[in-house]
Amino acid sequence: MTAAPEPAAGGALPAGGAMRVMGAETEYGIHAPSAPSANATMMSARVVQAYAQVTRQRAAGGAETRWDYTDEEPLHDARGWTVDRASAHPSQLTDQPPVLDAEAVALAYGREELELDGQDESGTLLMNMVLGNGARLYVDHAHPEYSSPEVTNPRDAVIWDAAGDLVALAAVRRLAADPDLPPVNLYKNNTDNKSVSYGSHENYLMPRSVPFGDIVRGLTPFFVTRQIFCGAGRLGIGQDSSTPGFQISQRADFFEAEVGLETTIRRPIINTRDEPHATADKYRRLHVIIGDANLSQVSNYLKFGTTAMVLSLIEAGLAPKVEVHEPVQALQTVSHDTSLTAMLRLVDGRRVTALDLQWMYHEAAAKLAQDTGVGDAVDGDGHTHDVLDRWATVLTQLDSNRAAATSSVEWLAKLSLLDGYRQRDGLEWNDARLGLVDLQWADIRPEKGLYYRFLARNRMQRIIDDGAIAAAVGEPPADTRAFFRGKCISSFGKDVVGASWDSVIFDVPGYGRLQRVPTREPLRGTKALTGPLFERYREAGPFLGELLGHNTAPPAA
Amino acid sequence: MEDPPDPLTHKGGITMAGQEQQQPQSRDSQVDEDIPEAPPAPPEAQASASTEGVDDLLDEIDGVLESNAEEFVRAFVQKGGQ
Repeated sequence: MTAAPEPAAGGALPAGGAMRVMGAETEYGIHAPSAPSANATMMSARVVQAYAQVTRQRAAGGAETRWDYTDEEPLHDARGWTVDRASAHPSQLTDQPPVLDAEAVALAYGREELELDGQDESGTLLMNMVLGNGARLYVDHAHPEYSSPEVTNPRDAVIWDAAGDLVALAAVRRLAADPDLPPVNLYKNNTDNKSVSYGSHENYLMPRSVPFGDIVRGLTPFFVTRQIFCGAGRLGIGQDSSTPGFQISQRADFFEAEVGLETTIRRPIINTRDEPHATADKYRRLHVIIGDANLSQVSNYLKFGTTAMVLSLIEAGLAPKVEVHEPVQALQTVSHDTSLTAMLRLVDGRRVTALDLQWMYHEAAAKLAQDTGVGDAVDGDGHTHDVLDRWATVLTQLDSNRAAATSSVEWLAKLSLLDGYRQRDGLEWNDARLGLVDLQWADIRPEKGLYYRFLARNRMQRIIDDGAIAAAVGEPPADTRAFFRGKCISSFGKDVVGASWDSVIFDVPGYGRLQRVPTREPLRGTKALTGPLFERYREAGPFLGELLGHNTAPPAA
Repeated sequence: MEDPPDPLTHKGGITMAGQEQQQPQSRDSQVDEDIPEAPPAPPEAQASASTEGVDDLLDEIDGVLESNAEEFVRAFVQKGGQ
């Protein structure tokens, strides 16, 4: 038997356009108005716990599974999807961090807090879950975080990111219905406007062969300026909002470096964290920390679609040859300039606007898409043409018809509402009611979230059916390894003891040992490859038997 | 040397290798000029813009906003994140 041919680095997706393995991470702002001093980590754990309770009701297979923190390398992983069937023993898993036991919580937060809190029947607090849609829901620092499953295109990125908002909403509803716990609000934003910021990150798979310096040079001018269509808008200037006003980006004022490893201090425009969660010698997971969390579907779609295309330009060596002078300052200049007329200095002496820079990238991306054929309206890859089209439309509107962009560009929509209040009630920029509008814009409850009020009135464009988002709460994407992960959870949840981006661990009666299935190739484990297997089996034992190549029933214990 | 069987690919053997082929080059060379007009707003959006004024919108949102804005905003204090 010989190995199947390796797909091209970055996957077997059409190259040159907007298709790429990608995913979103959202840290939600968390607040219990009736218990304002409640510990944020504990509240975040309650959110995860609440969703576990919701899914336990829905899925007969038991609660959705814990995250696999093991970082061990399987014995045979050169081709990715090989099987290491003898690795972990159940005792190894008990030490893992996914579950805080009562004693650890008491040490960290004090016993009084613990007694106020909901533990599950076993006395543990669930901090990490893998969901049936392939996503991860967990406590990150002091926020609940949803990390979407891997998808292959910007449309699916929007769908499975928005599905996370419904996951969060289900947890909020569950907590609101519990008479013993204070209701918790979740906000899809990035700052409390009091000097603290929390992230919404993007991840893009790239071939490791692309030099990191090329990524830095190619991406920085783009990241300085893409906020003009994917900024979520923010009240106040400066990290602590001490200067009254409005700016384009939630995040811009919190960035202090050009390149670096940190994500919580001295945040860099280009983050160098390098955990590929995949075959490390082939792939780099580019971890993007500069984006705003988006509720606007168009802003979110363009954020993923245009960034994916710029990465294609960088891989092809065709990124525009521009370098912005002092990019951190330029990032903030762009964010603070809602007129979009500020001139940025390039190192070569030219002075250009953010729109000019975006048009340079658009022109280069359109050329590459045409040369590779992926941008063709009929014969292309099915995504690139639409991204180029919407990108150009939004840039044109921002330049000459901003009213038309208000229903798609998130910061403009928010600004239109703030301006409405300012004009009707004569409010100053530092009025608390405007602060509330800014905050409540991002409330994920449709009846309270002002974005959702805009959406209900068709003041925000829908580019995704509500039904597709609702379906993505339970269903994984079909065309990545997230399919395998999610289906393992939803089909065999009671037998899955752990999972992560690159493995699923089973504990099946009769096997004796834990069975760890590595999933190190992001474009395998798809519906096309594994769907029939899931259809053939209702029990994990025979399923694993075929997957692992056993011809007979599992060995007796 | 034989590689071990790959459990998730040996069934169907699908590698999507065909998709690696480049598409034929498009004939259209008007890259710079090929900027589409803004699409017309959907009918619902036009209707909302024309028949529902900002005042109507603000009236609705007045009823949705949390009470006591100052206290609510002041109490929204987050711990650090990424």
